[in-house]
Amino acid sequence: MIMKSTVKSIFLALLTIFSLNVSFANSSEENTQHPKEKEEFNVGEMIMHHIKDAHEWHLFGPEHGGTSIYLPIILIDGGLKTFSSSNFYHGEHKSAIDHKTGKEVSYVAGKGAASAYGMFHEKIYKLENGELNFEGGHVHGSIKPWDLSITKNVVSLFFGAIFILVIMGSVAKFYKKNGAVAPKGLAKYLEVIVVMVRDDVAKANIGEAKYKKYVPYLLTIFFFVWFNNMLGMIPFLPGGANLTGNLTVTLFLAVCTLIVTLASANKNYWKHIFATPGVPVALLPIMIPIEIVGIFTKPFALMIRLFANMTAGHIIVLALISIIFINQNAAWGFLSVPMALFISVLELLVAFLQAFLFAMLSALFIGAAVEEAHH
Amino acid sequence: MDLILPDFGLLIWTAVVFCLLMFVLAKFIWKPILSSVNERETKISDSLALAEKTKAEMILLQSQNENLLKEARAERDKIVKDAHETASKMVEDSKVNAKNEASKIIASAHQAIEVEKAAAFSELKSSIAALSIEIAEKVVRTELSSDDKQKALATKLVADINLN
Repeated sequence: MIMKSTVKSIFLALLTIFSLNVSFANSSEENTQHPKEKEEFNVGEMIMHHIKDAHEWHLFGPEHGGTSIYLPIILIDGGLKTFSSSNFYHGEHKSAIDHKTGKEVSYVAGKGAASAYGMFHEKIYKLENGELNFEGGHVHGSIKPWDLSITKNVVSLFFGAIFILVIMGSVAKFYKKNGAVAPKGLAKYLEVIVVMVRDDVAKANIGEAKYKKYVPYLLTIFFFVWFNNMLGMIPFLPGGANLTGNLTVTLFLAVCTLIVTLASANKNYWKHIFATPGVPVALLPIMIPIEIVGIFTKPFALMIRLFANMTAGHIIVLALISIIFINQNAAWGFLSVPMALFISVLELLVAFLQAFLFAMLSALFIGAAVEEAHH
Repeated sequence: MDLILPDFGLLIWTAVVFCLLMFVLAKFIWKPILSSVNERETKISDSLALAEKTKAEMILLQSQNENLLKEARAERDKIVKDAHETASKMVEDSKVNAKNEASKIIASAHQAIEVEKAAAFSELKSSIAALSIEIAEKVVRTELSSDDKQKALATKLVADINLN
């Protein structure tokens, strides 16, 4: 039931994201064509700006000229280059004509230490003769240096890790100090979740005999996803980044699960892939590719599920809040605030549910990989 | 489009942070938490098992005590009953013995009396016989003091013989 509805919601969320994306692209193009309308509030641009990564942490005030923390930029481009992102955000706004579409595209050329680079949609490119060339909406002909910048998501990642370490560290300290006694304080609340991951996630899916080895991984993945999901729901520092709604992060987590699954796979698992029992030999040429694709679709679904759920939640909350700004009337807050509150509370549940699902499905895949043959 | 394209820098940072986090958590945090929780769980289950065992033992002990008590009671009853039986048997025995003794005494007394009686009779007989002989001698002497009387006796004796 859960699986089915989740898959459905992912599909819907994906559809929504893609359609939103297209409409945003259109609206931004229109904006560039009619500079007079530029002052009008653009919901799509605002939402996209919020759910994507950035090289600054915008605190308050207008988007340009407000108060931001400028995060360090680290580039590997013939050596390590580090400078503040304010070199871009306070850089020179330039515009170029797209060679293919003929439309005007604006980008930022860095100043000072960043003078050799330009930034377009938060991506950093090396300037060619002091400018960027565009073809079909993409930067063309410029080298993209390895960008290891401490972006908004990376800072959020650090915060998440620190929160987990501090909170779980205090729980661990309680047990180190008191030994095997009845838990008190934070330990009382978090122990339940640790035991849930151990019993209902690891033991239930992997099996009594082999689950112990995987409990630390599943616990880490559960708390990493859960804490970062919740951190993403806080609208101001240290939250506000859309870390678990970032495909790169979910991709990494899914790859971890894939690696753990493949590393612990036994003979029985490979036998089910290359010589599925009960399948006629004539069908194997069809079955083997399907099974091999199946190895990758499972973590792929994990990746998409978490990304889509968290991103969709952010989009809904932002869209509801945007009602006020679209109508330019604070009275709409009576409609949009309760709705946003409702979705935020729902997101609290989703934050937990997605962390649980990620851990549970990881355990399920590992469980399938270590399962012994039974006839 | 860049919403669904992975970003190299973030990937590297995620990998670094996640791996470090995983290492630190597994080594310094999950291990003590899980071992404490496991330890406590085994402690609780052990204590519960012990309590259950003690309870069963208590019940066993109680039933044993009851059995013991029952046995003791039965023993006591048996002893009392035996004592009663022995006592009544002794009384009975002594009664029988006394009766036997009495009858024996009576029998021997009878015997003694018989013997005495017999002795007395025989003495009496011999005395009577002696007396009779003496009397007879005296009578015969008187009777046979004259010839007539001797003849008369002889005749009478003869007459008696004839009658026979």
